Amino acid sequence: MGGLMQVIFDALSLGSLYALGALGIALIFGVMRLVNFAHGDVIAFCVFALLWPSVDAVAIIFAGNLPWFLLIPFTLAVGAGLSVLSEVVVFRRFRRANPATMMIASFALGFVIRYFLLMLFSSRPKSISLLPGLSQPVEILGARIPLLQLITILVTIAVLIGLTAFLRRTRFGLEMRAAAENFTMARMLGVRANRVIMGAFALSGALAAAIALILGSQTGTANIMMGASVMLMAFIATVIGGMGSLAGAVIAGFALGAIATVMQVILPPDARAFRDAFVYGAVILVLIFRPQGLLAARGTKERV
Amino acid sequence: MSLLALSNISVRYGRLTAVRGVTFTLAEGEILFITGPNGAGKSSLLRAIAGVTPPAGGRIDFADHDITGRAPEDIARLGLSMVPEGRDVFGSLTIEENLMVGTGMHSGTRGWRARAASELEAVYATFPILKERRHSQAGLLSGGQQQMLVIGRALMTTPRLVAIDEPSLGLAPNITDQVYERLIALRAERKLTLLIVEQSSTRAMMVGGRMMLMRGGEIVLDGDARALGQSEAMQAAYFGYGEH
Repeated sequence: MGGLMQVIFDALSLGSLYALGALGIALIFGVMRLVNFAHGDVIAFCVFALLWPSVDAVAIIFAGNLPWFLLIPFTLAVGAGLSVLSEVVVFRRFRRANPATMMIASFALGFVIRYFLLMLFSSRPKSISLLPGLSQPVEILGARIPLLQLITILVTIAVLIGLTAFLRRTRFGLEMRAAAENFTMARMLGVRANRVIMGAFALSGALAAAIALILGSQTGTANIMMGASVMLMAFIATVIGGMGSLAGAVIAGFALGAIATVMQVILPPDARAFRDAFVYGAVILVLIFRPQGLLAARGTKERV
Repeated sequence: MSLLALSNISVRYGRLTAVRGVTFTLAEGEILFITGPNGAGKSSLLRAIAGVTPPAGGRIDFADHDITGRAPEDIARLGLSMVPEGRDVFGSLTIEENLMVGTGMHSGTRGWRARAASELEAVYATFPILKERRHSQAGLLSGGQQQMLVIGRALMTTPRLVAIDEPSLGLAPNITDQVYERLIALRAERKLTLLIVEQSSTRAMMVGGRMMLMRGGEIVLDGDARALGQSEAMQAAYFGYGEH
């Protein structure tokens, strides 16, 4: 019983990370058909924003020592700020470019962010202790679950409820949904393109910051590559979910987390090292049978 | 004073010129039909006016503003509402949400929520079927209902000019009749200026008003719809007789 609960919590917390990442990608794809590969580097940037620049192995903490009620808003603001900045400085110039060009631009931007971090902090992973109170275990239904894992799941659920309410109940959310479906038509109804796109980037950046906080506390290290692996899974989740479908991205994110966790348990020990090959194999199977994704997004209509 | 004035507008897509040197003015309260065969440049002209495809040359004035090359949202906010071809409803949004999208342009002004609510009631009064199905997804509506929705949605922005691209496209004739009946009534009620693109001139002749014929990206005829429609010049110009 305890073992099963442990697997369920592992799957949910890993799925939470993927779902939050996939949402960040799907939000931006929805309004401007941009697959933002810089998203993973925004995650890494948010972690390093808590440290002073140094090349030492042990991080010199800067904002990371703030109490949680200041640390969390600070990190969210960093993520949202960097993300909006990337739209204003880079992606706005590519608004009329085709999706492939935008994607390449996002790759380039990701590398610029990554090498900026490399310059200031070196490539050596640093140990950090972020929100240390969260590593103590709690007992749930006979399983000992790290408090952080529980909080990760609860935070993700809260984010999902909050985002849904925002999209359904507010004027800005209505405009974002309309713009995601048919951007040109929304503009012809007076919806301001720049505002909607900047809003999507701000939300996406804040989601990246949330992942940064969770990853940073979970692993206890700051690594310039730390966003990349989440980003890859998150991107796969958005594709499986149906590009641009927010609900699809979340469902696929949790599904990937579940598959990866279950494989870890059921694969024979010798095969566990190759777990990811099995996960990606499952991805290929899904795409063969549902190439449009689990929930195909509406409004893939051409934008001008 | 004219509400809309185009002078020497041309529209190009790459090397292809879709509209060449179109000039006309439209007075407040006027109804203008632009007709012409497929590929005449009618839709391109509308897209240029709405700011979706910025014109390659010329100048457009609307309500005393130079709107040449302005963004679609800025033009919409000046009171020019465009209903594009193909009924672009937001399929995953409910009917009521579709109608409310355009009211945001007045947000921040005094009493805009109350005004939006009364506009909504006015649209529902005009198109009762929309009220009946207000909470269902717009993508599930029939073609005629979607046409009513996009016209209603355009009206929600309290525009001075509504430009509609092919309101009869893909509709059964009796549904088209209904749509036009509503449009004419609305025009009388609100002193709306209407700019309607249709492929055939039959509607224009039934409704009356002013009609222009476009062919090869140019305006070849301009006059009273009923008089023009019956003239041989119209037939000749539409099909390009006497030029070969």
